Amino acid sequence: MLKIIGYVIKDLLRNRWTLFYLLFYLLVGFAILIFSGDFSKSTVSFLQIILILTPLIGTLFGVMYYYNSRDFIELLLAQPIRRRDVFIGQWLGVSVSLGTSLVLGLGIPFLWYFAQYEVAGDQFVLLLLLGFALGTIFTGLAMAVSVSTDNKIRGFGYALVLWLLMAVVYDGFLLLALIAFRDYPLEKFALIATVFNPIDLARITILLKLDISALMGYTGAVFREFLGSTTGMILASSVLILWMLLPFALITLIAKKRDF
Amino acid sequence: MVRFIEVCKRFGKLQVLDNVSIDVEKGIRTAILGPNGSGKTTLIKTLLGMVIPDSGDVLFKGESVIGKHKYRREIVYMPQIALFPQNLTVKELLDLIPKLRRQSARYDGLIERFGVNEFMHKKMNALSGGMRQKVNLVLAFMFDVPLIILDEPTNGLDPVAVLELKKLLREEEEKGRTIIFTSHIMDFVQQMADRIVFLLEGVVKFKGTVEEILQETDSSSLEEAVASLILKNQKVKDYA
Repeated sequence: MLKIIGYVIKDLLRNRWTLFYLLFYLLVGFAILIFSGDFSKSTVSFLQIILILTPLIGTLFGVMYYYNSRDFIELLLAQPIRRRDVFIGQWLGVSVSLGTSLVLGLGIPFLWYFAQYEVAGDQFVLLLLLGFALGTIFTGLAMAVSVSTDNKIRGFGYALVLWLLMAVVYDGFLLLALIAFRDYPLEKFALIATVFNPIDLARITILLKLDISALMGYTGAVFREFLGSTTGMILASSVLILWMLLPFALITLIAKKRDF
Repeated sequence: MVRFIEVCKRFGKLQVLDNVSIDVEKGIRTAILGPNGSGKTTLIKTLLGMVIPDSGDVLFKGESVIGKHKYRREIVYMPQIALFPQNLTVKELLDLIPKLRRQSARYDGLIERFGVNEFMHKKMNALSGGMRQKVNLVLAFMFDVPLIILDEPTNGLDPVAVLELKKLLREEEEKGRTIIFTSHIMDFVQQMADRIVFLLEGVVKFKGTVEEILQETDSSSLEEAVASLILKNQKVKDYA
């Protein structure tokens, strides 16, 4: 599997899109730090990027890479390599490449900023870690969707719908549900509902760390009230790690039954 | 060496393989023939574990291959369409596959035989169909394995390369290798196959030697024999 991961990373390094992605983050990173002035404000801007863009880019790359290397996957499947390793190797290769672009792209501007002004770096490190995790989760989900269908358009469609659901629609529905049933005690429901969306989990983890109550939203407040900041953060990030196992299970299961 | 036992496979409404049972003996060259869509490639893919049969079993050296992967160390497969990552050079590809297989490979003699040495440093996407097929052949023959599977090996090859391929196949047989191949070029099959399996709509219609098929169909050439088998079944019109 390591050889496949290595191959994918090498392949993506030659790919102009990875470079474009890195440059994009560098540009955004410097722009936010230079123009927003206040560091806590920039952190919130970074948070938006990480919560919305990282999963989207992971989704797009996951689908694109799978369908572009469909031929090569067939060649790999005819080799003495376990099926699971072929697909998981691809997933991890893409995730590591994207994650590295993210960490470098936002990390370099931050280091530059850090050298000038003394600010707390731990929030930023947490942000990058969460970005890495979200990217990995969404790349994996997108690949699981792609492996399940040979139809490229359908694969793209399903994967994008999944992203849209998690990034936008989910919160809307949660909010609607909370308004509709506001006369009932909803804390536990909200708490459980959050667990089913990795983007929400990431948001809560970082907001608990930043301790910005105004941005925390209902579920964030519930998390803090019920679990306290530290326990809440540990819990949210552990569930996020569990989320990273989901694509692994899905890809393995789907790939096992497919014909190529 | 290889046994297909009552293999069935259905894709949606289409029964691609219908109770296929074939024995492939060690050390001989077996050709799988049939019109387009008769199930040749699917059959090969069940042996490679790429297509999972709905029922039946495929044995390699007496053991079922279903759900396993290590047995593929002893098999090399050359697909019908050259399936390569486009942005690798020929040399990078020839070095990558042995690493992935964790097997040593020798390609120096082969690249000269097929003239691949002239474009070793070109990227795959810059190669013509024939050039890719030559790379495909080098990949298939560079490992020292007991079973080689070739899906339409003559596709896009120039006559010189076809001659070279025939020579190579004979040499491989002398080394005791088993070869399974498909081809639409009946001359090639007639010269190269020790045994023939003829598939039509997923059903085995004939198994035997070239002489046997000629006798059975009362034909003077393999082309005629295959045509008469198809006409006899009168189902498939499009034979390419």
